[in-house]
Amino acid sequence: MKTRYSAYYALPYLFWIVLFVIAPLGLLLVQSFNNIGGHWTLANYQTYFKSGTYLRMTFNSLWFSFLVTMVTLIIAYPAAYIMTKLKHAQFWLMLIILPTWINLLLKAYAFIGLFAQDGSVNQFLTLIGIGPQQIMFTNVAFMIVAAYIELPFMMMPIFNALRELDPSLINAARDLGANSRQTFMKVIFPYSLSGVRAGVQAVFIPTLSLFMLTRLIGGNRVITLGTAIEEHFLVTQNWGMGSTIGIILIIAMFLTMYLTRERKGRGKQHAK
Amino acid sequence: MQSERFKAPWLKLYLALVFILMYLPIAYLIIYSFNRGATMTAFTGFSWQHYLDMFNDLRLMQILVNTLIIALLSALLATIIGTFGALLIYQMKRTGIKNIFLSLNNILLVSPDVIIGASFLILFTMVGFQLGFGSVLMAHIAFSIPIVVLMVLPRFHDMDTTLIDAAYDLGANRWQVLSRVILPYAWPGILAGFFMAITYSLDDFAVTFFVTGNGFSTLSVEIYSRARQGVDLSINALSALLFVLSLMLVVVYYFIATGVATRSSKKAGHGQLKVVDPQ
Amino acid sequence: MKKLIGLIVVVMLTVGGLFAINSWLTQAQHPQTGTKQVTKARTLTIYNWGDYIDPALLKEFTKETGYQVDYETFDSNEAMFTKIKQGGTRYDLAVPSEYMVAKMRRAGMLEPLDKDKLTGLQNYDAHFMDRDFDPQNRYSLPYFWGTLGVVYNDKMVAPGEIKTWNDLFKPAYRQNIMLIDSARDIMGMALASSGHSMNTTDQPTLAAAEGKLATLMPNVKAIVADEIKTYMIQDEAALAVDYSGDAAEMVANNKHLHYVLPTGISNLWLDNLVMPKTVRNKTAAYAFINFMSEPEHAAQNAEYVGYATPNMAAKARLPKATRTNSAWYPKQAALDDLEVYQDLGSAMTQRYNDYFLEFKMTNQ
Repeated sequence: MKTRYSAYYALPYLFWIVLFVIAPLGLLLVQSFNNIGGHWTLANYQTYFKSGTYLRMTFNSLWFSFLVTMVTLIIAYPAAYIMTKLKHAQFWLMLIILPTWINLLLKAYAFIGLFAQDGSVNQFLTLIGIGPQQIMFTNVAFMIVAAYIELPFMMMPIFNALRELDPSLINAARDLGANSRQTFMKVIFPYSLSGVRAGVQAVFIPTLSLFMLTRLIGGNRVITLGTAIEEHFLVTQNWGMGSTIGIILIIAMFLTMYLTRERKGRGKQHAK
Repeated sequence: MQSERFKAPWLKLYLALVFILMYLPIAYLIIYSFNRGATMTAFTGFSWQHYLDMFNDLRLMQILVNTLIIALLSALLATIIGTFGALLIYQMKRTGIKNIFLSLNNILLVSPDVIIGASFLILFTMVGFQLGFGSVLMAHIAFSIPIVVLMVLPRFHDMDTTLIDAAYDLGANRWQVLSRVILPYAWPGILAGFFMAITYSLDDFAVTFFVTGNGFSTLSVEIYSRARQGVDLSINALSALLFVLSLMLVVVYYFIATGVATRSSKKAGHGQLKVVDPQ
Repeated sequence: MKKLIGLIVVVMLTVGGLFAINSWLTQAQHPQTGTKQVTKARTLTIYNWGDYIDPALLKEFTKETGYQVDYETFDSNEAMFTKIKQGGTRYDLAVPSEYMVAKMRRAGMLEPLDKDKLTGLQNYDAHFMDRDFDPQNRYSLPYFWGTLGVVYNDKMVAPGEIKTWNDLFKPAYRQNIMLIDSARDIMGMALASSGHSMNTTDQPTLAAAEGKLATLMPNVKAIVADEIKTYMIQDEAALAVDYSGDAAEMVANNKHLHYVLPTGISNLWLDNLVMPKTVRNKTAAYAFINFMSEPEHAAQNAEYVGYATPNMAAKARLPKATRTNSAWYPKQAALDDLEVYQDLGSAMTQRYNDYFLEFKMTNQ
């Protein structure tokens, strides 16, 4: 097609990119080379790579994000699949989105109430004879709440990908004698992969930097990169180290996007 | 199809379970908004007290109004800026530049809120911008633009280019093509972008926390500072009210949207919320 | 396009309506204020911790002096520092803790107090005046004070079981202690438990303190900030290491909770009224400081907030049970053991933070 528009429509957008993306990114990069006295130094990066603490923290974050992503994927995929079969599918999707409008802190407080020593979950456990358990401040509790918060962001893209699947493809597969399992493995799943990828990105990356939940639900027994950034920026005011971890996170995010990118050639070819 | 219908009750049961789990904490919040007591652990009896407290708390009401103003205004401006940004990216011919722009676009989407907030604060400090309504609005517009672009861009890519060429051949000028062909086609994406932007704005805590000042506050920042003093059930009451209102909005919107869709079948995509692959 | 314009119109109309409601709400909250001109000269903006003043006192102040009070809150010294430093704010008074007073003073963010304009200075207890963080109280006046100690729940811990910091290390308290999320306080507690100063800068001593702290980890249930109050009130843990201020709130909300100040070294903290450089209405600021120095008002405030007042004359007006309670108002001997945090400089502060972070990462 011929390009017949000039970029002036998009002037505010370019302005935004310069002012709110490039400038902050530059500031962050400059900060990461500053020590607490404001001098140029590589010390922050040295601290990061030398002290086992930060590397362990990075590993923790990656591991927890991975687990949360897996849990949400396992729950979300079948649910999204079933939803596409429902009559008012769009309506149900909106009901999935709706909980995200409730403030995260409030949801966390609801979980605190549910998980407390004499909370509803423990009352239930007592009722069925298991007896009260320590739920708060455990890794499991943190994972459950994080998965809960992120679930809609996994469901939405998978649902959309499945929705766009052409029903005639499935019918064709059936006509060619494929059974349900084969149809799913050979047709439905490969086509929905773009949604899975988007979902993985939408869950994995934010989970790396969750910070309120680690304290409220995890009792700071779970420390992620997000917690460390929050502390460096808000509490210890070591903006240099905070920015360094920020840069590491941004690299991690690009890496995630690169690893989950759509590979040209295989798989994508037939998807329009 | 036989086997699928056979499995249907089990599948539906699974879905129902997922929905129950999703709404359990919310139901919990709402139930305790009617608690006579002041905590979220023991339900001591039914009372409207927290709702009365909420309506009598003028500061809370004002913060609610502020939050809505910020959400609507920032979503609208972000939608306009983002739509034209998406148009710009769509028109780029060199894939290299296009990818650079897409990456720049996505940075804010995936950066931790704390970093966004802190870097915006440094930015506002450097240019000497006063903290308050203006800075919060700017920040919200800033972090909502990328999601709008991501919602709108796929619609442009799906668009049949022969349609545009045909319009030009029929003598339409640039503005006419934009307003009569391109924007109407992208409308579902634009609307989805607008709603996502509202969601982002309502949900944000960390960025606002950094860039607010001079007495301006939004709901999530207020909830945060109140929650530090212990649970405040009038916040539950407010959330319950907002939740019921948005639920009603969703139901009404959905039935209007499907009503429109059945009347003109070619707009079947209307009201569809799409999240796309950021790559 | 029509739809887009439709959307713009609908949103703008809604926003317009919301703005109208907003200004109505502003009116309803400050009924007396007239035009903007008057507002600025007659308004006092206070930046204080959340729920840290009796609202009735603010009303009385307005009635007495005619100044309208804008009361804004922050939830950490650091957040307050960042906001004031940013410059886009106009606070007349703020209430930083002692180490933050020193930091703000060095950053040139504070306006010296003119002693000639202050009344009621004789009401203050000399013990809380002229401290290292602000010699001769050039920039600040104490507002409330308190200690770092232990809250226990008598359902799980017998009274008298906790006497010193070292008692927390008993295996009986496995998974039952909550710590306040603050490097200086928890590292300080570890130092104090071995008899070292809470202002230690000696490297090996600090490393040893972190090593000792790591042995506390099996007993630690969670390391949290203000939520610690909610959790303790809900009987979530038997013990908590926290400030007396938080403790006062917990004790008021759960009759099984009690506060003890361990014998030996602990921390004495002070929150102080200061005038940041952003001050616009000095006259009103002095009027407010003087208003709060009056014993009657300071006592009323102390009863409302539940913290210990540095105002002797005000203390004398408090109920006997309060003012003789050694948990809130320790005897002079205990008071002499307390240390005020010194500003150790950013490098040393960082070292405390690093050790604390290492402690948090123990046995993961």
